[in-house]
Amino acid sequence: MKSPRFALSTLFGALCVAGATLAAPALAAEEVTLYTTREPKLIQPLLDAYTKESGVKVNTVFVKDGLLERVKAEGDKSPADVLMTVDIGNLLDLVDGGVTQAAPSKALESVVPANLRGADGSWYALSLRDRVLYVEKELPVNSFHYEDLADPKWKGKVCIRSGQHPYNTGLVAAMIAHDGAEATEKWLRGVKANLARKAAGGDRDVARDILGGICDIGLANAYYVGQMKNAEPGSDARKWGDAIKVVRPTFAKARDGGTHVNISGAAVARHAPHKAEAVKLLEYLVSVPAQTLYAQANYEYPVREGVKLDPVMAGLGPLKVDALSVADIAKYRKQASELVDKVGFDN
Amino acid sequence: MIWSCGAALVALIVCAPLAALGWQAWGASAGHWSHLAQYVLPQAAANTGLLLLGVGALTAVLGTGSAWLVSAYEFRGRRILSWALLLPLAVPTYIIAFAYLDLLHPIGPVQGAIRALLGYDSPRQFRLPDLRSLPGAVFVLGCALYPYVYLSTRAMFMTQAANVLEAARTLGAGCYAAFWRVALPMARPAIAVGLSLALLETLNDIGASEFLGVQTLTVSVYTTWITRSDLASAAQIALTMLVIVVGLILLERHGRRRQRYAAAQRMRPMQPLRLHGWRALLAAGLCALPVMLGFVAPALYLLWETQKRLHLVGGVSRQLWAAAGNTLAIAGAATLITLACGLVVAWAARATRDSGRRRLTQLYARAAGMGYAVPGTVLAIGLLTPLGLFDQALSALLGTTGLVLMGSAAALVCAYAIRFLAIACGGVEAGLARIPPSLEQASRLLGESAGGTLRRVHLPLLRPALGAAALLVFVDAMKELPATLLLRPMNFDTLATWLYGEAARGTYEEGAVAALAIVAAGLIPVILLARGQEKMPETRDRDQKPKRTAVDRHDPAPVHGDAPALAGAAHISDKQP
Repeated sequence: MKSPRFALSTLFGALCVAGATLAAPALAAEEVTLYTTREPKLIQPLLDAYTKESGVKVNTVFVKDGLLERVKAEGDKSPADVLMTVDIGNLLDLVDGGVTQAAPSKALESVVPANLRGADGSWYALSLRDRVLYVEKELPVNSFHYEDLADPKWKGKVCIRSGQHPYNTGLVAAMIAHDGAEATEKWLRGVKANLARKAAGGDRDVARDILGGICDIGLANAYYVGQMKNAEPGSDARKWGDAIKVVRPTFAKARDGGTHVNISGAAVARHAPHKAEAVKLLEYLVSVPAQTLYAQANYEYPVREGVKLDPVMAGLGPLKVDALSVADIAKYRKQASELVDKVGFDN
Repeated sequence: MIWSCGAALVALIVCAPLAALGWQAWGASAGHWSHLAQYVLPQAAANTGLLLLGVGALTAVLGTGSAWLVSAYEFRGRRILSWALLLPLAVPTYIIAFAYLDLLHPIGPVQGAIRALLGYDSPRQFRLPDLRSLPGAVFVLGCALYPYVYLSTRAMFMTQAANVLEAARTLGAGCYAAFWRVALPMARPAIAVGLSLALLETLNDIGASEFLGVQTLTVSVYTTWITRSDLASAAQIALTMLVIVVGLILLERHGRRRQRYAAAQRMRPMQPLRLHGWRALLAAGLCALPVMLGFVAPALYLLWETQKRLHLVGGVSRQLWAAAGNTLAIAGAATLITLACGLVVAWAARATRDSGRRRLTQLYARAAGMGYAVPGTVLAIGLLTPLGLFDQALSALLGTTGLVLMGSAAALVCAYAIRFLAIACGGVEAGLARIPPSLEQASRLLGESAGGTLRRVHLPLLRPALGAAALLVFVDAMKELPATLLLRPMNFDTLATWLYGEAARGTYEEGAVAALAIVAAGLIPVILLARGQEKMPETRDRDQKPKRTAVDRHDPAPVHGDAPALAGAAHISDKQP
């Protein structure tokens, strides 16, 4: 009989079947669950290494946006143990959103510098990502201030991704912290006037567009250089990487002469069913083997001192980090985003 | 009664995420509106308007033009082209955007060839304008979305146009006059249905627009939420957009309210005119162009990228197979549930068409289609709250610890069903409209129950409409990315999320294998859909002979009844008076 009852029970039945067949297996003792916005390909090798070493299975949920909203909606039944993001702003949103808990750990505190973690262990940075200048490799540019990007001599020569991307709002926020909002707005207008194309695409497109003759310089994260210059000879990525050199810019007014970095980091979830396991996973992620993987497979800058870098990245010289703490920069994030709107950076 | 209750339940479920968004929006201060009104909305609205206008014009021209050519004329290659024109449906817009950026980049093959031809040796000497622009986005989305218009207009030309056109020709109208003065005005409802689907896709697109640097309203919703961590304000913008969309759709219907589209006396395909010589070549060329742009070029690009990298990937990995299995399983489950819900909603409206509850059931039908009118990410965010509440309540009730919906792929199936219900609903509605009420009167008179009538009389007659709707829902569910990314359970990949994983790392060319798999998996349903579409007139002729008089007397079928799946937007966009 085809009746509404039939249709509805089919509906419910199908939901249940879908649920039962596709649901993850019940959690065993030796498991830990990671919710992350990081790219699966970057993180999976680290997790595999952890499982191999400790025997603990790591379940993963990779989401793009809405990690906070999802964990909130799951409430106290959430299976999430560790929450991991890129961008300090996203990480602090999780802390402010009340979905994390303090997880003090001697091992973590001894490795992660104080300005790269929450005071009570509410979050920890795991790797650093410096925002650098890609330059057409023949050009005689060897030092650079972020402020120079607005110099009219670069008119029609600058490539950059969307001004609203967290990597850029992070930098703009740091600029506000250093130079003030007014100077930053003027700077943004100057950069906008220098753009060779729309502020869009990804960081690697800067290298590709330099090879394509669209622009001469552009801002992008440093680890892509490791990816591209280490790519198989003859591949597209390698050609892009070989078309550029890297200059680490600094802020004109800052005396320390440091480069802007953002972080990837993690926190323990508020309702973590396996809190002890969660802390252990974090401790593993700052251990020498894990930080070496961060440095040599992902080409990110390790938070741990004294880890051996990939040769290409080591060739860029030692990273001197801007003295402002990332948490202080993050305060200006909203203002930065509004300035980007105000000058019509992405239009 | 029970049918209306079912329909009410479905409408309620669809409205739940929207209500959750409304709740979010309620909590926001209105302070951000001055910032938005001053710096964001003027440009975003202008960009969105221009994008919609451009994509609308391009899809209307490509879709209607090619549908007219393959329907009204006979030329070499017409048979293949008539179904190949649907192929771009198999390729997600974000993949077409990726492909074209690579193909048309200064260091890509096209500009390389042009430089070689003109004798330049560096892109610094000669380049074409950058694809990352509004015109670029119009081009990419137009090529990807024209099949929606093609599908509905083609169905319309195939059946309804014959008599009137022959009359026009008899009265001395030439080819052009017949097209402009007869065929085009007659096709207006069908074009409207196809266009409204294509434009909703455009409006809600985030992958391609963001990638090509076009700041649309949807992109600003996204920026407000992500970059400024202000979900409440983002929800306000999204809901405002929804109101405008519904308003525009109502306006279009209002504009057509006085027009009557007579059902043809005899439904048969028009007799195509045979073209010869250069005219035949031109027609074939014009019809081949959209297929080339929307499917062949991106597909060849993906094939080329895949074969370049096959040695790196080492064949198709186990995870990719698993992702393919997951994709088929949840798209299949979602298709079944979506169709079942669509059937309930449409049948409730049908069963109460002469009763006082008519307005109510029609309202349910409209509400059931709202999921298609909001961006996937926004819908998914809205869905989180009701899913969470349901799971909390269920675990409190049963005393379990797990999350039943959110811990499993059931949340995804839910999301797909809500998002694509519009397609199923409209398809079934349009199919039902073609079946004269005398049939169910006869059936009930002979003692069959309401459910039995649906099962034994209507379902068999609805089969083509259901099939077409099912295929469209399936293809759309398979390509869905934003809701999948947010709602999937742990350790779970679909082909689309797999591809995203590659793209997120900036190595999207490594995702070529996954992209190719999506396209390949999407091809099968699209070809089935195309073949079903081509066969429709003859099967209908055979099926419907005995009841023609009934059709003519009681039930002037909506003219777009032949675009069953596409009338998808019908319940929100296109109800004949």
